[in-house]
Amino acid sequence: MDLENQKRVKEFAEQLGAENIVVVLGAAEGEAAGLAAETVTAGDPTFAGPLTGVQLGLKVYHICEEEMKSEVDAAVYEEQISMMEMVLDVDDIANEMQAIRNEHTKF
Amino acid sequence: MNCVVKGSAYTLVNAPDMLLHNGTTQTTEMIVNPESDYLKQLPKHLRKFEDVVNYLPNQVYIGNKTPEDLAGVELPWYNKPVAGADRFGKLGEIMPQDEFYLLMQAMDVFDLVKLEKNFVNKVKPAFEKHPLMDAEMVARVKEGVDKSEIEKFVNEEHAEALYQDNELIGYVKKAHDIDVNLSAHVIHENLVSKATCVLSMLHLVKTSGINKNEVDYVIDCSEEACGDMNQRGGGNFAKAAAEMTGFMKATGSDVRGFCAAPVHAITIAASLVAAGTFKNVVVAAGGSTAKLGMNGKDAVKRDTPLIEDVLGGFAVLISEDDGKSPIINLEIVGRHMVGTGSAPQAVISSLVADPLSNAGLKLTDIDKYSAEMHNPDIPGIGDVPLQNYKMIAALAVKQGDIEKSDLAAFPVKHGMNGWAPTQGHIPSGVPFVGFAREDIMSGKIKNAMIVGKGSLFLGRMTNLFDGVSFIMETNKGEGAKGSGVSEEEVKQLIAKAMKEFASSLMSE
Repeated sequence: MDLENQKRVKEFAEQLGAENIVVVLGAAEGEAAGLAAETVTAGDPTFAGPLTGVQLGLKVYHICEEEMKSEVDAAVYEEQISMMEMVLDVDDIANEMQAIRNEHTKF
Repeated sequence: MNCVVKGSAYTLVNAPDMLLHNGTTQTTEMIVNPESDYLKQLPKHLRKFEDVVNYLPNQVYIGNKTPEDLAGVELPWYNKPVAGADRFGKLGEIMPQDEFYLLMQAMDVFDLVKLEKNFVNKVKPAFEKHPLMDAEMVARVKEGVDKSEIEKFVNEEHAEALYQDNELIGYVKKAHDIDVNLSAHVIHENLVSKATCVLSMLHLVKTSGINKNEVDYVIDCSEEACGDMNQRGGGNFAKAAAEMTGFMKATGSDVRGFCAAPVHAITIAASLVAAGTFKNVVVAAGGSTAKLGMNGKDAVKRDTPLIEDVLGGFAVLISEDDGKSPIINLEIVGRHMVGTGSAPQAVISSLVADPLSNAGLKLTDIDKYSAEMHNPDIPGIGDVPLQNYKMIAALAVKQGDIEKSDLAAFPVKHGMNGWAPTQGHIPSGVPFVGFAREDIMSGKIKNAMIVGKGSLFLGRMTNLFDGVSFIMETNKGEGAKGSGVSEEEVKQLIAKAMKEFASSLMSE
């Protein structure tokens, strides 16, 4: 995950409380989504950014997961996301995200 | 007036030592984790020059192989060399790092690049033999200096060190004592960009056959900025590179827009020609040292060679209609607007679907799309071109141009594998311009859409995304004589009308 984004996530968690934050991802494939999810839960796996060794345990979802989709206005989802939903391997992404949440999310 | 793509050239420079010392993934690691395993393992993953030349995607980049050749070979490609491949190609070349250092010095007009004596003596014969380096260019290479001078400047004067096979062989001096915009690091980065740009333009002169004195304007669309502390991005790379290439009748300017810049620049160049402002405009860009080895961590983790070991450059000549070269259709230009939004769906619609539907065309009416042509053999970046084709296909399904069952076939029919190095602006649509020109002229395809996309948020000035697209299509030869009608044609028309009038009188 981009170092600047890591910094911003860390600041938000400190400012608002980790339990009050949901991170929404838009990564194009399971592995990338998993790496970003790992970064905001268990810490930066590449040991490069501000979240290295920081276990925030945040709630984290991909926009194409059912939990997020059901939160969004159907018309907006159709206009903004439906094309990508057709392109992405949503099952693979959802499995990856679920695995990371099961292991590392604290809330 | 119509404007056409008259020629193109593509160059790569193998830069393994620059990868180690100037790529930002490595320089960042040296700061945050200098003893890391990554830095220790990295050198083992560097390729020899010969492997870089024999690498199939590189051979496609310089035009010796085609996208079709690539389509027949299954990934990974790093372990499937093209035996006996040539460093020189139909559209350009792959230059080794040692020769490039001499070219870099030849590009330096402020006496900032110094090379070691023995190194110069060893490499100069090869530089002299280079088919595009004339006596004037060779004469710009200076006598070498002592190793002790190099060590002194690197250790005491903040000079940027130049290495060949891990040995210190030169330095780039800082150009100002205080100004960070003229630091040795920045000067090095800018001279690399300038030199790769010039190399590409020299090849363009050869591939297009243009007379150097007929180039009116040059647009540089790389990703570097030159200037001093009072104007950090003052410019002008284009004019500096035009001077070195010998375009004595040209001026120029720089266009920036991250990875989208080349397509912005070509659209502007085409408009300048179409308006009659200039007859021949060159759009060119040099490579970026910062991006060398960008995804090196993935390569080391997967134990594969470091493919991001080349600097990329290209040059395209946009000219007034010659009656045969493919036309850039300025009536169908896609653009990501401020109000478009950044969802991929909105981005692809604005760049691809909207301009076509405004012209009454379907997504299937374009034979080939070229968007972000990143080489998928590079670990850690995924298959970027395929993602783009899948998005265009999904849009085609949504607007009813194809059936959902044809989703998987669309990328094969209308797309290609990527072959460009991750040099930011280099992969963005333009690597296909050369092949598109050839394929359109041979009748293999009738048109191609070139799409440039840019992530502007990286500059922290806006969160907006960006992009532009244009179409190259068959030249039907209608505009070759210009928009006017000759005196002879007028006489013939009058004669024809009079004959018709006379025969109508007789029949009455």
